[in-house]
Amino acid sequence: MSMIKIRDLTKYFGDHLVLDRVNLDVARHEVVCLIGASGSGKSTLLRCINRLVEPDWGEISLDGVPVEDASFGKTGLQRRVGIVFQSYNLFPHMTVLDNITLAPRKVQRRARAEAEAMAMEVLALFGMDRFAKSYPEQLSGGQQQRVAVVRALAGDPDVLLLDEITAALDPELVGEVMEVIRGLKARGLTMVIVTHEMGFARDLADRVCFLDGGRIAEEAPPAQLFGAPEHPRTQQFLQRLLDGGRL
Amino acid sequence: MIPQRPESPPPPPRRRGFDWRKAFVPGLISAASILLVFGVLAWLIATNENWPRIQAQFFSLDHMMTAAPRVMRGFVINLQVWLIALACIGVWALLLAVIRSLRGPWFAPFRLMVVLYIDIFRGLPALLLVILFGFGIPALRIPGLPNSGLFWGGVAMVLCYSAYVCEIYRSGIDAVHEGQRAAAHALGLNEWQVMIYAILPQALRNVLPSLMNIVVALQKDVALLSVIGVRDSVREAQIYTASTFNYSSLVVAALLFLLATIPMARLADWITKRDRARRLQVAG
Repeated sequence: MSMIKIRDLTKYFGDHLVLDRVNLDVARHEVVCLIGASGSGKSTLLRCINRLVEPDWGEISLDGVPVEDASFGKTGLQRRVGIVFQSYNLFPHMTVLDNITLAPRKVQRRARAEAEAMAMEVLALFGMDRFAKSYPEQLSGGQQQRVAVVRALAGDPDVLLLDEITAALDPELVGEVMEVIRGLKARGLTMVIVTHEMGFARDLADRVCFLDGGRIAEEAPPAQLFGAPEHPRTQQFLQRLLDGGRL
Repeated sequence: MIPQRPESPPPPPRRRGFDWRKAFVPGLISAASILLVFGVLAWLIATNENWPRIQAQFFSLDHMMTAAPRVMRGFVINLQVWLIALACIGVWALLLAVIRSLRGPWFAPFRLMVVLYIDIFRGLPALLLVILFGFGIPALRIPGLPNSGLFWGGVAMVLCYSAYVCEIYRSGIDAVHEGQRAAAHALGLNEWQVMIYAILPQALRNVLPSLMNIVVALQKDVALLSVIGVRDSVREAQIYTASTFNYSSLVVAALLFLLATIPMARLADWITKRDRARRLQVAG
């Protein structure tokens, strides 16, 4: 059974149709990449999964339970679905450690010592433990984004959503973040990834979905989608990337 | 002809010695021009035929010395009211701003109340409020309520200033990037927690310079309480004037206010400058 199940998801921003009856299934331990031009609805689709955006129509369920179900409680969904944003969105007035332990302490009501011990463990896993007492602005973009990943993992989520997490990074910093995500895939974490980085999608994804005008125009394993795209819009999109030297 | 590239980089240019002329001549010219202009102004004033009368009326040392102790005693009251009002405004305005910024539909009536509050108290002269509260409420003689004009005048100041400070807080809250709110919500924090842990600390840092201006403005505006008979420095100075027909006591009060507000204004400038530097550093 699929872990995330999305049916007929529809969202308008004003009169503009952003998502048009989208269906998507994500199995446990699967990594799905969403690609497509800007404005094709990728990020909105992602944000519907953890209810940062409320859809106008359709349903999303997690292990068979609709995400708006009361059984998640007020914060249960956020605990099971972590998200990392393009611009990191770390809290600038808190140290790295406080950023990571905020949710465990205030939402899950763990003791500070316990939360910090767990955070240090995960930080060490990504080679970031020496930055625990630093403030976000003292770190490079790549380091900040790795902290944001650790923060999203602090609640031990079942699913991780990544929203163009390398888009704001200098090219030489992309690698270190991708390395972290590769490590998470190896540990079997279920992930839904929105990305403009085709290398990212080709490398990591079990399946790639190409979105166009609010619909999933084509979905296939990366080798097939990048090697022999069937849909004319996919071909067009990939050709443009090729011409731009980005593939 | 293209010059040949040398084998090793050319030596750095020789450092010039300290140029005394460059360092001091502009300073000397400024000092001289200041002395000249202010000297001429002072001479014009001092040679004016009315100057002795002005001096006796406003700057009489004898009168100043006699009035100083009681004016200073009054000024202590100014400072007390200032500090207490500051604390109350800080808390009350913050509460208003937070209510105004809550987004849930259930908070709509409270949001509306805050909007009305701000419209009313920002639209009324502080002087009117001080008179209305300071004379009006004690005149009601409601048992259980304090009777002092000082108390109710202070309340009027707090209510009035809170409307401004609330708007400052709110601009700071609005200036926090939307992504911070999204991130906090995505971590599972509820509306209050988002506000308290993620938004407010950043908002307060944003508005500290503007708040400092309010602190300075309030420091002198507490003198408004003198109109309802609070014996602050202005009132004490007026009482002295009324019996002697000499205004030097008011000048004493004026000097005391300047003595207090100018350092505060410098402090505000310094905080603003430091804040700017921090922002530029982050942006770079």
